[in-house]
Amino acid sequence: MLRYITKRVFAMFLTLLIIATITFFLMKLLPGSPFNNQEKLTESQRYALNEKYGLNDPVPVQYINYLGKLAQGDLGYTFQFDGRTVNSMIANGMGPSATVGFEALLFGTLVGLILGIAAALKHNSFIDYGAMVMAVFGIAIPSFVFAGLLQYYVGVKLGWLPVAFWNGPEYHIMPAFSLSVGVIATVARFMRTEMLEILGTDYILMARSKGISKQAVIIKHCVRNSMIPIITILGPMAIGLITGSLVIENIFAIPGIGEQFVKSINLNDYPVIMGTTLFYSFLIIVIILVVDILYGIIDPRIRVAGGKS
Amino acid sequence: MKKSKWSLLLTLVLVLSMFLAACSGGDKKETSDKKGGDEGTKTDKPAEPQVLNILDGEEIPSMDSSQATDSVSFEVMNNVMEGLYRLDKDNKPTPGVAEKHDLSEDGTVYTFHLNPNAKWSDGSKVTANDFVYAWRKALHPDTLSEYAYIMGPVKNANAIQTDGDPLFGKVEELGVKAVDESTLEVTLEAPAPYFLGLTGFATFYPQKEEFVKQQGDKYALEANTLLYNGPFVLNEWKHNEGWQYKKNDNYWDKDSVKLDEINVKIVKDVATSVNLYETGQTDITGLSMEYVDQYKDHEDLYTRGEATVFFLRLNQKSEALKNANIRKAIDMAYDKQSMVDVLLNNGSTPAYYLVPGEFTPGPDGEDFRKTNGNFGGYDLEKAKELWAAGLKEIGKESVELELLNYDSDGAKKMGEFFKNQLEKNLPGIKVSIKAQPFKQKLELESKGEYDFSYAGWGPDYQDPMTFLDMFVTDGAHNQMAYSNPEYDKLIEGAKKETDQEKRWEMMLEAEKVLFEDQAISPLYQRGVTGLQKPYVKDLAHHLFGADVSYKWAYIEGKQ
Repeated sequence: MLRYITKRVFAMFLTLLIIATITFFLMKLLPGSPFNNQEKLTESQRYALNEKYGLNDPVPVQYINYLGKLAQGDLGYTFQFDGRTVNSMIANGMGPSATVGFEALLFGTLVGLILGIAAALKHNSFIDYGAMVMAVFGIAIPSFVFAGLLQYYVGVKLGWLPVAFWNGPEYHIMPAFSLSVGVIATVARFMRTEMLEILGTDYILMARSKGISKQAVIIKHCVRNSMIPIITILGPMAIGLITGSLVIENIFAIPGIGEQFVKSINLNDYPVIMGTTLFYSFLIIVIILVVDILYGIIDPRIRVAGGKS
Repeated sequence: MKKSKWSLLLTLVLVLSMFLAACSGGDKKETSDKKGGDEGTKTDKPAEPQVLNILDGEEIPSMDSSQATDSVSFEVMNNVMEGLYRLDKDNKPTPGVAEKHDLSEDGTVYTFHLNPNAKWSDGSKVTANDFVYAWRKALHPDTLSEYAYIMGPVKNANAIQTDGDPLFGKVEELGVKAVDESTLEVTLEAPAPYFLGLTGFATFYPQKEEFVKQQGDKYALEANTLLYNGPFVLNEWKHNEGWQYKKNDNYWDKDSVKLDEINVKIVKDVATSVNLYETGQTDITGLSMEYVDQYKDHEDLYTRGEATVFFLRLNQKSEALKNANIRKAIDMAYDKQSMVDVLLNNGSTPAYYLVPGEFTPGPDGEDFRKTNGNFGGYDLEKAKELWAAGLKEIGKESVELELLNYDSDGAKKMGEFFKNQLEKNLPGIKVSIKAQPFKQKLELESKGEYDFSYAGWGPDYQDPMTFLDMFVTDGAHNQMAYSNPEYDKLIEGAKKETDQEKRWEMMLEAEKVLFEDQAISPLYQRGVTGLQKPYVKDLAHHLFGADVSYKWAYIEGKQ
């Protein structure tokens, strides 16, 4: 097991290096400069500015310099704000983004699982249809439409919850709920399908005929076995959620990192483009590793390293 | 193990927060209702809390006056800092740190006498050296401010920031000198009647050398690593969330400042801003086009003209657009009025000129725009005539032209409208549209890789020259291969002329030449629309640099 993990970690760094390289050179293909006042700079001022930031060097030289700093964990300074490091931007922005994301993930998964299980157990009943109609709506309606409606009706018309900002627990509810709708829908559908399939397998029939109670069979065998595809989709979904959502953060004025994934590219803010991309990739790779390990815990049949090590 | 603990904790927090929210939401309402009732009965106390609540669209990019380049930074600094002069409610320069000034006869040497009561927020005096230090710092190659070119009128400023010039980096050659602690002498390259207003611009603010050096890398990064000398101080600055101004007790003119507190929150979404306005959490909100109709009869609605002009660059590298008749035909072939009414609907007005209206009065007191009037206008018959003549001259039956556009929704609609009108009205023209993100668009524009380009220009100082000198031959911002020796001569002459009336005449003439050539096709002068609570009084809006001054603002009639 340890050898397996070491190997994976090594592969992870290699993958990150490849991602860094591709992103760096693609990014340098973007026309324009990172300067905020580009339209009013003259040619000579621009040259002097490029010189100051090392942007007049050949791209391969810039690449080597970047990697050198990256190896020390230094992602550089952003061009958008004075004196702010990319490290601190990510660190500060991740707090709110991850909080809302986790809340949405947790709430969404729980509700999704319950809905999915209920729908499968009461197959073709009112509950089943109700749950699936909800799931279809959840997937079909984008989270920002939902967020907008929620903000207007619950925030403005009813005045039950704050319209926006980030000041305390009550400020989390609407954004987390808006984000969780998609999660609920996805998890519920996966869970229902998987449960139905497993409910009809021979080993469930076998367990039941051995005299194990219905509840025990469902919890110990059905639900546990149905979790495998859920865990697979949950990994990437979690990353998407905790790294923040551009639209939800904008709508609820949450000081998260979400918008930087898009904004930095539009602004040619090179260090932030690299920083956010690498950070996101890093999380994805780590989560995939975690998911692979989790598989083994849930289902011994796919334990990665077998019994050898 | 750790993970499951965390998730348990989070579940608890989530569940708890639901309950808390339900409770606290209810509580808040009650107390605020009560408050309103209480104060309603206490009519004997007329003083209202002087607190303004507003929104801004972005985090402050910079609080270092020598580095700032954007409207948010300029606006914040304008309210917590002060230059030699500042703009008043009517956009006229009014004394700031300088009490008064003398001007040499040739109009190039300003001697500023500083106000002895002008102090930094630590209580120390603002001295002439603070200006010398800050100005030199902005031009120094190590700082190299992106807005340093604004110092152009000051002697040697341009040479100091031009790499390769013998004066490059020699900031001590800059035309600014501290005669004594409270006398500052500024020498200009040539007389610039707008210079006084320019000293209110962020790049010209003072900085206290001792403090800046002591803070080092941390200078101006947080609310407490900065000294203030303006009407307000930054009391709190929560990055990406908002900031708070408090009245500056050390300000020399603090009796004029009525607001005690201004709370600013960052909100990027217009729908959210409107919802916050509706629930009374902000006193002002901007409106985008789609909201204007919904609120057009609302009593809080305001519209305000800005001094930014949008126009089409007509690239004369293109064979067709090199022909004057074709350029004229194009300008006459689309209806600017309906474009503005239908597509913008936000207080913008159609433009038939380059220098915006209600921007600068001349020596005679008459607005530049009023004196020069409009050029051209929608005239289909004449457009067709000129078009046919132009095509004949270049010996073609049809032309294909590319419009380089911004990729925002609004700009895309404008592009479609322009294409549609031209293709309908001018036989044989085909317009293709290339929409690019802002920076990429600028890059393509500066390389001249386009036929039409949708462009905008805002003023850097209050003078027609800020627009006019854009189009001199090979000018850095010409970018469309326009060249007319007569135009160049007029601009160059105006820049050196000491007689204000003659200078004004030359600029008026230059704009006429530009439109005889139809070098550009102007689109509109931008306006803004929004909602503002009626109890917010005396906000001062400016046409260049910072958008707003809160110095004279106050709250009246909120309760």
